[in-house]
Amino acid sequence: MVAAAGAGLLVGPADIDVWSVLAAMGDALPFIEINHGLTEVEHTVLFEIRFPRVVLGGLVGAILAVAGAAYQGVFRNALADPYLLGVAAGAGLGATVAFASSGDSGFIAPLAFAGGLVAVAVTYSLGRSVGGRTTTSLILAGVAVAAFATAIQTYLLQRNVETLREVYSWILGRLVTVGWGEVLTLLPYAVVASAVLLGTRRLLDVLGIGDEEASALGLNVGRVRWIVVIAATLATAAAVSVSGLIGFVGIIVPHTVRIFFGWSYRVIVPLSLLFGAAFLMFADVAARTIVSPAELPIGVVTAFFGAPFFVLVLRTMKGSG
Amino acid sequence: MRRTAIAAVLLLAATACAADTTTSTTAEPAQEFPVTVEADNGSVIIEMRPEAIISLSSTATEMLFDIGAGAQVIAVDDQSNYPQAAPMTDLSGFTPNLEAILSFQPDLVIVFFDPGDLIAGLEAAGVPVLSQGSAFTVDDLYRQIEALGKATGNVEGAVASNTAIQAGLEAAVTTSGDFGEGVTYYHEISSDFYTATSSTFFGEIYGLFGMENIADPADADGSAFGFPQISSEFIVTSDPEIIFLANVFYGESAETVSLRPGWSVMTAVRNGHIAELDSDVASRGGPRIVEFAESISNALAEFASG
Repeated sequence: MVAAAGAGLLVGPADIDVWSVLAAMGDALPFIEINHGLTEVEHTVLFEIRFPRVVLGGLVGAILAVAGAAYQGVFRNALADPYLLGVAAGAGLGATVAFASSGDSGFIAPLAFAGGLVAVAVTYSLGRSVGGRTTTSLILAGVAVAAFATAIQTYLLQRNVETLREVYSWILGRLVTVGWGEVLTLLPYAVVASAVLLGTRRLLDVLGIGDEEASALGLNVGRVRWIVVIAATLATAAAVSVSGLIGFVGIIVPHTVRIFFGWSYRVIVPLSLLFGAAFLMFADVAARTIVSPAELPIGVVTAFFGAPFFVLVLRTMKGSG
Repeated sequence: MRRTAIAAVLLLAATACAADTTTSTTAEPAQEFPVTVEADNGSVIIEMRPEAIISLSSTATEMLFDIGAGAQVIAVDDQSNYPQAAPMTDLSGFTPNLEAILSFQPDLVIVFFDPGDLIAGLEAAGVPVLSQGSAFTVDDLYRQIEALGKATGNVEGAVASNTAIQAGLEAAVTTSGDFGEGVTYYHEISSDFYTATSSTFFGEIYGLFGMENIADPADADGSAFGFPQISSEFIVTSDPEIIFLANVFYGESAETVSLRPGWSVMTAVRNGHIAELDSDVASRGGPRIVEFAESISNALAEFASG
């Protein structure tokens, strides 16, 4: 993760040499003054554009990976990802409404956030009303809600074709426009969610043996599940609202951790947090350097590099284990 | 068969000429139909002077009214918001419905692309279709206007339009003198930094002023068709002298731009050289490119005065 952050800070279309970056970083620490030799423009690029982008990439990656791990634990489903309960579709709908109704980019994040939360709330109440407490009914409710939200979104897009490109670009994920403002918005969610999920990681192991067995051990299954889902969902919705839909991180990172470090959530949750952050920071480095000075959508990068890497990991482990 | 058709055309031409000589007082000589017009969908034969035109392209709508074919237009799509006289309907050029279009009983339909089998469907119903995509060069624009003139029987109107556009562009460039020579600029299409390079239609206009586009290295091989997405970091370090906003319609302004993280150090932001363009004018390759060129000229005048 340190390496990823380092690469993220050092590499970019603006040609700033390595020592200057390090010197400037040192200079920014209290009580230390180093002559970094950067012009004002370079200094601004580093601290107001590149730095927040790296930090935000780390936060979003950490959130998506840890939320994915939590969902996989709670639902005992290897394919669960942070978007399972309709967060992505709901947030996508919210963002589309924002683009189509006003075009004012200030509304995108709040509406995406609200859309994501409403979608999950509907999923949850539907799932409970249909099938009691089984996880299958919840997942199916998520599928239905996502399909419904996507249908409305598609309709809105057809009616407001001029917004198509903007929405599409948002769906592919974007860290291009971020500054410290987005970092500050996201930080509280990231901290609270990480704390909750780290705190409940042992309970996820207990849940893993089955609802009835866990109840027999004195665990309030419903409540644990509820707390974990709320924490993961809030954080995911917040992440999605600032960065768009970045796919694949929530599935690939926890599974990679699982393959290398075992099946206990006591390990998976914290490591997913770290590796998720590192993975997305690296992906963002790729997004802004491969076709520099042009940009690639980060969602494309995560899937393009994530998918083959994941297959490779699976194959290697099968061969050796 | 073909020979008889040619003979018929010649005969028609002859009679039309004959008619002309007798009524030489009419301002515009009646143009002979049928005509064959070149468009993106090949050579299109139009049998009669169209009197019920539908335009599903906002750019073509502006051209039609400019060349004097406005009275022949019975319906335009939901994006054709200029000129005001254009009979806007809820027809869509992006997701067109064949039945809805045919219900207007058009005798010529103009589209900017074929989303599926629209052109085939209209032709099957006996309605000629002209497809004119976005112009890539100013010459494309002149050819499109010329084609519309021929197709609608307004050849002279089209010539007049093209002459006026050419004169307008020249006037704008002349007014600016050499203010624009070597001035660097960034043309913003969207707030996530999609831009247009020199190789695009709009880039060509900036080029008339001798201006230099900061985004050219981002699409050197043309793989983004002249519309790459670039990074904030790149824009700030390239430090363009003037920023042009083609996305004012989407809530961007000189103010929102200057508030973006890190952008306050840019020369253009510090000196207030951020030009807000009309989003429609800056996205349609139609007669209003003269207005576009005039906004560039104004921005350059401001730039030159400090």
